[in-house]
Amino acid sequence: MWEQEVAFWIIAVAMALAAIGVVRSDNVVHAALYLVVVLAGSAAQYILLLAEFVAWVQVLIYIGAIVVLFLFGIMLTRAPMREESGKLDNDQRLASAVVSLFLFGVLTVFLVDAFQGDEVKFSDDLVKLGSSANVGESIFREYVIPFEVVSMLLLAALVGAVALARKD
Amino acid sequence: MLALEIGWGTTLAIKTLVVLMIIPLGALILGYVFLLKMMSHMQSRLGPMDPGGFHGWFQLIGDGMKFIQKEDIMPDGADRRVFAGAPAVVLISTFLVFLVIPMGPDLVVKDLDVGVFYALAVSSLSVIGVLMAGWASANKYALLGALRAAGQLIAYELPLLLAVTGVVIQAGTMNLNQIVIQQQENAIFGVDWIGNPYILTQFVGFALFIIAAQAELTQTPFDMPVAESELVSGYMVEYTGFRFLFFFMGEFGTAFAFSAIAATLFLGGYAVPWVHGDAANWIGPFVLFGKLMLVAFLMFWARFTYPRLREDQLQAFAWKFLIPIGLANLLFTAFFKVAL
Repeated sequence: MWEQEVAFWIIAVAMALAAIGVVRSDNVVHAALYLVVVLAGSAAQYILLLAEFVAWVQVLIYIGAIVVLFLFGIMLTRAPMREESGKLDNDQRLASAVVSLFLFGVLTVFLVDAFQGDEVKFSDDLVKLGSSANVGESIFREYVIPFEVVSMLLLAALVGAVALARKD
Repeated sequence: MLALEIGWGTTLAIKTLVVLMIIPLGALILGYVFLLKMMSHMQSRLGPMDPGGFHGWFQLIGDGMKFIQKEDIMPDGADRRVFAGAPAVVLISTFLVFLVIPMGPDLVVKDLDVGVFYALAVSSLSVIGVLMAGWASANKYALLGALRAAGQLIAYELPLLLAVTGVVIQAGTMNLNQIVIQQQENAIFGVDWIGNPYILTQFVGFALFIIAAQAELTQTPFDMPVAESELVSGYMVEYTGFRFLFFFMGEFGTAFAFSAIAATLFLGGYAVPWVHGDAANWIGPFVLFGKLMLVAFLMFWARFTYPRLREDQLQAFAWKFLIPIGLANLLFTAFFKVAL
């Protein structure tokens, strides 16, 4: 499936460039907009992997809600129109380089270890596997306990956020 | 299947053309029928009834010519690329919605498994365009308008999703074509000649959807973001000519899309209960258009008759009223789905 490979590399390069844009940008709003490109790219990668439902969840939650909240927060507190050269920089370059290299290493090792050189063959079974019906089945049958635990965690975070934000 | 032998290239070309045509066309139809004619009748406006003689038919063409003539102005302090990109983001988000709306059993651009979820996901992208426009204009009115718009769109996205969830639970699928077929095939209380349009069982969902869609479109009871008396016209204030036309088409195109989705989810979409097969492909687009205009009529009726809600009322209405109702509706629907 060379088409998939070509598409993968085009999207991956675009994502990498946009990711560099996120950290290199001198303007927070521009950084947030670059982040949209990165997230949209990962949604496109999900589609390439036939995980259609996950891809649109990515679009709805990350681009439609989280980045919007980022932008909302940035614009509500400070909306710099001009480049704030240097202001967004700090002296943690070394630490962040170490952290990102470590993450990259861990992810690479685990992914290589998990698939052991297996190639994913595209088939109708795989399309069914990524369908919303299948995702729903596995969340609410096999993984219902982890799902509920995560829900409780999010609920607690939500209540905590409200408690912190209340004025009285 | 339609009894036509056409290759995939031709099919793709036709599909692309239809989707590219549908927004300008839909926006023109809604703008002409509702904004110019219905509003003029309801509010006794004489202007739009005058140009061209018969019923003011020339008004829309005149408006279009005016927009094309206008100078393209960009504010000095504007962030040029973001400013130019914003209308495109809004319009693209509207275009993408139309990909999954079925106009007949086989007349759909892409029959996605997650249909209605996809439609809501891509329609939520327009908020980014609105925020980009408001911020890049380097104008405090525009920024305030964009912030209000974002707050409102986030708040009303939840009732919209909850309203749709009721239908999805009842139909047992997110695929829009399947939802239409369910409504066509099923019966309500043993009456089978009208099918089972979900407005009968999901009328709360329908009301929620219409109200939330109205808010997503920032139309009048919920037009705080573009409030012309205080914010001039919110995030669009610095846009002129063609760029403004993009926003305008985006708004009416989205109204067209939301009406089509509401007609598909609640009124049985393209289907007429006793018409099947090839005939449904031929009459489908017209049936859908008729139902869509009915929904759009309701939305514009509210737009032309109600005064604007205040910002705090608007937020309270979503969070304290619509969302609890949506959750209750969800619970009841799930209960009946399991019990029956």
